Amino acid sequence: MEFKVKARLADEQGLNRTITRLAHEIIEKCKGTENIGIVGIRTRGDFLAKRLAHKIEEIEQATLPVGVLDVVMYRDDFRMKTKLPRVEVTDIPFNVDEKILILVDDVIYTGRTIRAALDALMDFGRPSIIQLAVLVDRGHRELPIKPDYVGKNVPTSIGEEVRVLMKEIDGKDEILLVEEQK
Amino acid sequence: MNLSIKHLLGLEGVPRADISAILDAAFSFREVLERPIKRVPTLQGKTIVNLFFENSTRTRISFELAEKRLSADTVNFSSSGSSLAKGESLKDTIRNLFAMKMDAVVMRHSAPGSVKLLSQFVDAVVINAGDGAHEHPTQALLDMMSLQEKYGSLDGLNVAIIGDILHSRVALSNIYGLLTMGANVALCGPPTFIPVGIESLGVKVIYNLDEALDFADAINVLRIQRERQGKGFIPSLREYRAVFGITRERLDKLHKTITIMHPGPINRGVEIDSDIADSEHSIILHQVLNGVAVRMAVLFLLLGGK
Repeated sequence: MEFKVKARLADEQGLNRTITRLAHEIIEKCKGTENIGIVGIRTRGDFLAKRLAHKIEEIEQATLPVGVLDVVMYRDDFRMKTKLPRVEVTDIPFNVDEKILILVDDVIYTGRTIRAALDALMDFGRPSIIQLAVLVDRGHRELPIKPDYVGKNVPTSIGEEVRVLMKEIDGKDEILLVEEQK
Repeated sequence: MNLSIKHLLGLEGVPRADISAILDAAFSFREVLERPIKRVPTLQGKTIVNLFFENSTRTRISFELAEKRLSADTVNFSSSGSSLAKGESLKDTIRNLFAMKMDAVVMRHSAPGSVKLLSQFVDAVVINAGDGAHEHPTQALLDMMSLQEKYGSLDGLNVAIIGDILHSRVALSNIYGLLTMGANVALCGPPTFIPVGIESLGVKVIYNLDEALDFADAINVLRIQRERQGKGFIPSLREYRAVFGITRERLDKLHKTITIMHPGPINRGVEIDSDIADSEHSIILHQVLNGVAVRMAVLFLLLGGK
């Protein structure tokens, strides 16, 4: 499939500013950093979670535990696809019981990934609160799920796609709106 | 990542990409086994039948655990107490089972090739849990996973398989798998236990145990099957231990440490001494844990997609 770039939604500086704002919002809403754990959804939510944790650390001088979640085992759609996704390791190196968990992903779309992530988190224990932070909300929800922290609201059509590029894996920081070429 | 194979009948001819994919997925699934709730919904709604026509503790429990950890429904069948005892043929038994809509079958049978035969007349995924002295692919995969965990890669690793190669399905699957993954394999045992012409698979045969230990980074010690006793393969268990037993004394003579594996069940004091089997260089219990993970990976990769 060929994709055409329709718009550049953020560059490195823009992405960084959005992360900074999200960090501040999290601290404000949670009234500090006490009892918070951050969990990123593979792949880019993982890098995002680490950056958020780092930013919060800069602002509040508090170290937050960070985990990474792979939700493939919990997905409801791999049976409909002909190609199986790769399962990667989940690593949540702290006890989630009674924690305020901030679940982090790059883009929220149908909400099915988040549904899978919530099911997965429940298998690790009983967090007191789970909140959701996303970099981009592109609409078209199929489940009653709403993020608590949103970097950018980007109305899209079904044929479009939001691509978040991150230095850790893509070599640069950028958010793009792309469209499939027919 | 989809596998190129439809069934897991053996490791002969299974491409490297498939083995790598299974091992990678297995490391991800192993994490599930360390969670407070050791269950994921991945195979919900799939039905798997475990057909065991031969005794088994580890493999049967390991498969069943793997299936349950993935939320599949399981049915167990063992030949005693079944209609086979009333004279029903294997084919009829299995056809009747599959009329009840099974998605996969895990089979152990004493006849080599029985699993392949099964795959030709059932419309389900077939997984070999040991067919006679032919292959036992999931055992070899868990052995390879344990080695990869320890060494990072199998490429260039020297592995010696020691003992009764002739009657061992574990040995044959390990040979195919390890060679595909780039390891060097040596076989060691009394000549009566080494199949004629086995070198043609690309393995070395070493009849002297000390030389084999010299070669090896890791050894896989096979069980001396007591039921083979008195058939002229070895003079006695004492004699076997004296010449091919893995003892502390023998290992102490080496100027290196060797990783010890054993597929179980162990005859302590025959093929391996008790304190070696329990020593810090033994990864025998890792093998058992990795066994569940590797079987979860195989089930997911063969049953997960459409």
